Amino acid sequence: MIRSEVLKEIAPILRDHLVVCNIGIPSQELHAIDDQPTNFYMLGTMGLASSIGLGLALVQKKPVIVIDGDGSVLTNLGTLPTIGNNVADNYILMIIDNGSYGSTGDQPTYTGKRTDLAGMARAAGCENVVEVQDVDTGKALTEALESGKQTVMVVKCDSGNAKNPVITMDPVTIRDRFMGAVKA
Amino acid sequence: MSIDKKITEDLVAAKIGFVTTVPCKQLAGVIDEVDKHPDIFHIPSNKEDEGMGLCAGAWMGGTRPMIIMQNTAIGVTINTLATLIQYYRMPLPMLISYRGELREPVACQVEMAVHTKALLDEMKIPTYHFHKQADADELPMILDYTFMCNKPVAILTDANFWGGYGDQ
Repeated sequence: MIRSEVLKEIAPILRDHLVVCNIGIPSQELHAIDDQPTNFYMLGTMGLASSIGLGLALVQKKPVIVIDGDGSVLTNLGTLPTIGNNVADNYILMIIDNGSYGSTGDQPTYTGKRTDLAGMARAAGCENVVEVQDVDTGKALTEALESGKQTVMVVKCDSGNAKNPVITMDPVTIRDRFMGAVKA
Repeated sequence: MSIDKKITEDLVAAKIGFVTTVPCKQLAGVIDEVDKHPDIFHIPSNKEDEGMGLCAGAWMGGTRPMIIMQNTAIGVTINTLATLIQYYRMPLPMLISYRGELREPVACQVEMAVHTKALLDEMKIPTYHFHKQADADELPMILDYTFMCNKPVAILTDANFWGGYGDQ
């Protein structure tokens, strides 16, 4: 499965929750599959989805699911110790690990080579780290939500992108409707 | 009341409840006070752009955030300021130690000091410079202004403001 197939499969689960989605093609895919006011699309600032989601989870009670990527986590590795040391049990970091920088032409990342993101998350102090095969993502996400524990999921899937238009919604609109959904 | 405590009380009075910090020797006292205050959730970050991400999330979750960092961080966070904080129109007060100004003992700090105000100006970030302790009387107004206009706002605090570098 490629990322867009994984997202399509878990869209019914994501729909009911606050989702912070990684920059570039992941946000375009989620937007095309199931646009919701509960989705915060990142239009820029590679690497910060996990941090935005953590800040959000720490100040309010609703579950927060971050859809991140291996390349984006690698660019903000300092996020893992911050997550591991500031436990928010309503926080799920789902790293779609396809071993490539999808939005820029599928150049390989180091996670497709010798680097193990799940091991790095554990070493950073994250307690519930699960490695998941693409086909099991929905089941693992449901389990993580039901556990009520901060969870880092590393979802292994194939490299590749679906073709979707860029998001043209104004950033202030995305942010404003998202804040409305947080408060609702 | 110490200046560190006064600043912290001003943050609480402005309903700031989420503060992220990347340390500086000059900011050690205020970081200590922030950490101790029961009304503030203090979350140290490993890099300032990460900290701005945390602040963006906290604000969207309904809590007023702040970042405390060195001016070297302006070099680190230009992209985050432009594409996250400014693009989505989010308020972010930034309490910044202005290293590399008068009384600075470390020559390398001057290299970013000479760019600090120019970069903030280029980014159209409202900037206030605390040189004497009485300048901090404006802090409550600056915080109100930040959350009124939904912009990042810089508060530069130099060595004179903090009373020098002690034994250095």
